[in-house]
Amino acid sequence: MNARRVLAVARKETLHVWRDPRSLGMALAIPALMMFLFGYALTLDVDNVPLAVWDQSGTPESRELLSRFEGSRYFDVRLGALGYPEIERAILDREVMAAVVIPWDFAARLNASPPAPVQFLLDGSDANTATIALGYAEGVARSYTIEDAARRAAASGVPAHAAPLELRSRVWFNEDLESKNFIVPGLIAVIMMVIAALLTSLTIAREWEQGTMEQLVSTPVTGNEIIAGKLLPYFALGMIDLAVSVVIGKYLFDVPLRGSVALLVASSAAFLVGGLSMGMLFSIVARSQLLATQLALMITFLPAFLLSGFVFAIGNMPRPIQVATHVVPARYLVSLLRGIYLKGVGLEVLAGELALLAAFGAAVLFAASRKFRKKLE
Amino acid sequence: MSPVVAAAGLGHVYGAVRALDGLSFAVAPGELYGLIGADGAGKTTALRILAGLIVPQRGSARVVGLDPADTRSGVRESLGYMPQRYSLYGDLSVAENLRFFARLFCLSRREYAERSARLLAITRLEKFAGRPAEQLSGGMYKKLALACALLHRPRVLLLDEPTNGVDPVSRLDLWELLYEFVAEGMAVVVSTPYMDEAERCHRVGLVHHGRLLLEGEPRALVAGFTDAVLQVAGAAECVEPVLERAGADVVAVAPLGGALRVVVRRGASAGLRRALAAAGAQVEPLRPNFEDLFLAQAAGGAPAGEAAA
Repeated sequence: MNARRVLAVARKETLHVWRDPRSLGMALAIPALMMFLFGYALTLDVDNVPLAVWDQSGTPESRELLSRFEGSRYFDVRLGALGYPEIERAILDREVMAAVVIPWDFAARLNASPPAPVQFLLDGSDANTATIALGYAEGVARSYTIEDAARRAAASGVPAHAAPLELRSRVWFNEDLESKNFIVPGLIAVIMMVIAALLTSLTIAREWEQGTMEQLVSTPVTGNEIIAGKLLPYFALGMIDLAVSVVIGKYLFDVPLRGSVALLVASSAAFLVGGLSMGMLFSIVARSQLLATQLALMITFLPAFLLSGFVFAIGNMPRPIQVATHVVPARYLVSLLRGIYLKGVGLEVLAGELALLAAFGAAVLFAASRKFRKKLE
Repeated sequence: MSPVVAAAGLGHVYGAVRALDGLSFAVAPGELYGLIGADGAGKTTALRILAGLIVPQRGSARVVGLDPADTRSGVRESLGYMPQRYSLYGDLSVAENLRFFARLFCLSRREYAERSARLLAITRLEKFAGRPAEQLSGGMYKKLALACALLHRPRVLLLDEPTNGVDPVSRLDLWELLYEFVAEGMAVVVSTPYMDEAERCHRVGLVHHGRLLLEGEPRALVAGFTDAVLQVAGAAECVEPVLERAGADVVAVAPLGGALRVVVRRGASAGLRRALAAAGAQVEPLRPNFEDLFLAQAAGGAPAGEAAA
């Protein structure tokens, strides 16, 4: 490889990018757009579950229970209902997701023969949200029960008989269990994958389509020099995209970056080389810009989105799919970035993943170089 | 002098199309060699093989004694190639295209400055140095492509239909340019479908169906042409039956303005003239030119009608 020729190709490629404001704008806007879109829309947090209440009992005890629902940030009491038809209509209209019905004999049962049943109705059509809402409701009921028991014990003079088991939970790494802290680092990996393959998927196919490859092939420049020269400017662009994503994550979404920035950059760089080479490989094989772009989108975006653990936990997938995720490079970057961002761990934990990413980059680059033929047919 | 370009028995087939069928020719330094032939004759394939873009299925190609397809032999440094298709970067300016190719050939900054200044001057492109290549006229674009192919001072220059789509004035410019470099010892192979351009070459090869029909100096070839050429004007229904009756004596027929240009075997010429005159056509003898030669040669292997088409 001759460095001057590599630089010549890199400079020429930079001019192409610079002269085409549309593709340059796309390269810079897509990461920002995806950050906004997924960062805001893809929230898994369940807050303010809209709730209907029907208090048949109308006693101090029932009002005490309802005030706990009202006070919780997880529920938003939207409707004071006066019957089942009203609750049913509200759930059908999606005005509320759940309803609490307190029976007329609630206070009497509570004082005379506990337990006193309270009905919790739930719209299960969104199973995930329903499960989380149910958990919140059980929490409210439990805290009421514990405090009510303590109050009774105090009133009767009997020493407080605490609940037999108390779970004291401390959440590590993402103390408030905010889904953005989980989404954003993974999102950066998905963005890197998609952008990288898209950027380079056009470059070599364009030379074939526009006929410029014919002139290029007749010069002393070698295939590896063309590939290296084309990688350089897009690598720089990819690193700018990384910076954009990290800055948005930090300042807009407040995601803590606890680990080493150098390790973040290094692992993204290794991944970027693989992603860019992959786009290049599509471009070499397809020889058509349209086909290469479609390949890049299909082959990188879907696996990176679905099989990387970015949203859907790999541990919950069926066994064969879990095995398949091992060939999705984004998977390793997702876990690297989460480790660096949230746990602040370094190479002592992440070396394996980083090595796999480096191997992925080297392998795809090698494949692109082997596949590129400096011949017209 | 020993040839710097040598094609020996080149054969190449694309699917069902036989592009080259045993094409051989050689070009010496300082020689301007023309590959003349209709579209589809195999000229482009031959030049692509010489430029190392295609590996021939049969035969061998040598440029400065090396295999042009072998990228590591350094053969590319001795080779300049100008494809028929637009193959420069349209979004890059004239100067940027030149600089890119200068860098690919690892020219020093000074070499680039001197040579590009000279090439821009003789191609009269200086004023357009900052203009994107896609905004150049056909003639200017070809001159830029030629300049890009000449920057590294190749010993062999391959030009695929350089005058295609170029106005007559720019065409003359291009030929003048070529003569300058040929005078300095460069070997040039140029392909063209225009028979009138054959006479501008030192030597030509007539290519038809992937084979060389005839080769030599254009003047000598025309001088050695034995058939007669007639200009025949008259109603088609009168003329056509006469020509048909003459059969194999009529070698080729081509339209010429409102009339026909008819190539006829020398011995049969007088008889045909009488027959045509009797049918009411006006007949005049013409001086044979290169096109007649080509049509007559091409007709040897194919029906006259197909060759004229």
